[in-house]
Amino acid sequence: MTRPRWSQREGQTAEWNGGYAPYDLVKELLIAVGAVSLLAVLLTVLFSSPDDRPSTIAQWSRGQPINFVATAAKELAGTSGTATYGPPYNHNGSGQHAAFLYPQKWLGVSHPINTANDFVIDPLKTVPDNPTLNSAVGQYQVAPEKTRTAWAEAFAKPLEEYETALEENKAPPKTVSIDGSTGSVTVQAAGAGPVPTMMAGLLDLAKSGGLDGSLLTSRQFFETDYTKPLLFMSDGGLLAERAEAQHLLGDQWGMMNETGSYPGQTWLWLYTVWYQIEPFKTSENADILVMLVMGVLSLAFICIPFIPGVRGIPRRIPIYRLIWREHYRARDAEA
Amino acid sequence: MSVAPAPKRSWTTRTRELALGALPPEKLLPDNQPTYVASWIYVFGVASLAALMVIIGSGVILSLKGPAWWHFTGIGHFFNSIHLWSVELFFFFMVIHLWGKYWMAAWRGGRSRVWVTGAVTFLVAVPAALTGYVSQQNFDAQWIATQAKDGLNSVGVGAFFNVTNFGQMYSYHVLLLPAAVVALVIVHVLLVRKHGVVPPFDLDKKLASSQTTSGATTSSSGAPGAPS
Repeated sequence: MTRPRWSQREGQTAEWNGGYAPYDLVKELLIAVGAVSLLAVLLTVLFSSPDDRPSTIAQWSRGQPINFVATAAKELAGTSGTATYGPPYNHNGSGQHAAFLYPQKWLGVSHPINTANDFVIDPLKTVPDNPTLNSAVGQYQVAPEKTRTAWAEAFAKPLEEYETALEENKAPPKTVSIDGSTGSVTVQAAGAGPVPTMMAGLLDLAKSGGLDGSLLTSRQFFETDYTKPLLFMSDGGLLAERAEAQHLLGDQWGMMNETGSYPGQTWLWLYTVWYQIEPFKTSENADILVMLVMGVLSLAFICIPFIPGVRGIPRRIPIYRLIWREHYRARDAEA
Repeated sequence: MSVAPAPKRSWTTRTRELALGALPPEKLLPDNQPTYVASWIYVFGVASLAALMVIIGSGVILSLKGPAWWHFTGIGHFFNSIHLWSVELFFFFMVIHLWGKYWMAAWRGGRSRVWVTGAVTFLVAVPAALTGYVSQQNFDAQWIATQAKDGLNSVGVGAFFNVTNFGQMYSYHVLLLPAAVVALVIVHVLLVRKHGVVPPFDLDKKLASSQTTSGATTSSSGAPGAPS
């Protein structure tokens, strides 16, 4: 006898010849809505919800002026995370890939960002009545690219050494100092050209709050795109410092955490698991590898009814006897 | 005597006949259920639906007042908290519902589309929640946006779905993704009503043996089609 194809068997339905019990669908739904609403109100009254104020570039530059200037110097030199990111922000990197898959590169630059111009030079041009600063920006812009890079790197180097020393708990070099009363940063950097003047001007602009607005400015009055200020801040240390204190970093399973002790996106637990184990943990292409793994698993999740073996597990492990225990009890009693 | 020709069936007529054929009123809104539908696990499906309704209700109130309202008013913060906790409950109920349905092999008997729509609903609800997290306008939103961008950029999605663009994320969160979730849930529930609740395994066995002997095919509301 020929066994019917799976699709045909799945399409067949059988008559339920057993009993029926009264059931009020509308009443059940309304009771459920009432119960869940009450539960949500109870959780709200007991726990409320977190709302940590956002960071601003003004706060960052006032609280961590050296970190701010070090980050701005990298943006100018083209060595920051954003400057070397690649698509969708620029062509300075190829982005992540997995084997022959380069989707980041294939989709191209959709949100163009030139960190030197967008984060440093263009905001400095908006500063009024400062001929020294205007002259420094002008000098920088007309210089050959090789000279500009040399200036920016000469300025950035002592700052990087300073930050590295702090990370390693060593005494920081004296080439970088901060004036406690004014919050201004002095960097002893030979061969930096006009960059020290530009950085001092950018720090002043940032502390005044002007850089926050300047990075949001576009061709129109209303603005909702925070890509530039967010990327600039994420190149610095303030966001990561706050995140670490709130256990939100990747190696703290931060993807499923929330500020405070609140549950976050706990449903992303499997997504974040991969970041904790090799080879994903140390891979330069961890993001695309994890996304691909999760993509395959998500597809498998949708297709469970069609995957031999996986679809048969529920029959082999009789948890269904627990779910339908009343039914089986009645059947056994009849038998 | 001449007889008027029968009117040609219109698209509307056919649509009505199709809808009523697939889901007659007594099937759409039943007042009884097979006796095997007797377990606490069944509560989590309707609880998921209820949580979704609370999410939409609190979300509508937050939308009416704008995205910044909840930051500076107590009542706004209250509704934001309701919104947050109903989302947590929604995912909690949905995960238990999905596990329950997996152990029932609830795709049996031509119900594979019920499973597929449920699974897709869960997967679409994830970005619906994510866009809410990055639309909060607080530190959490800043951090999540700067972290989530890397995963999305790595697969090219960031080219057209920019988590650091508040305006775009807010649009996705208050309209596009909730509409997708609600549409999927409606289809899912209608499919459940059409096919009925999956029966216990022994009914499958009974049917399978009757088919083996007779080769007959029956039709109505139960289910055979044991997964291999």
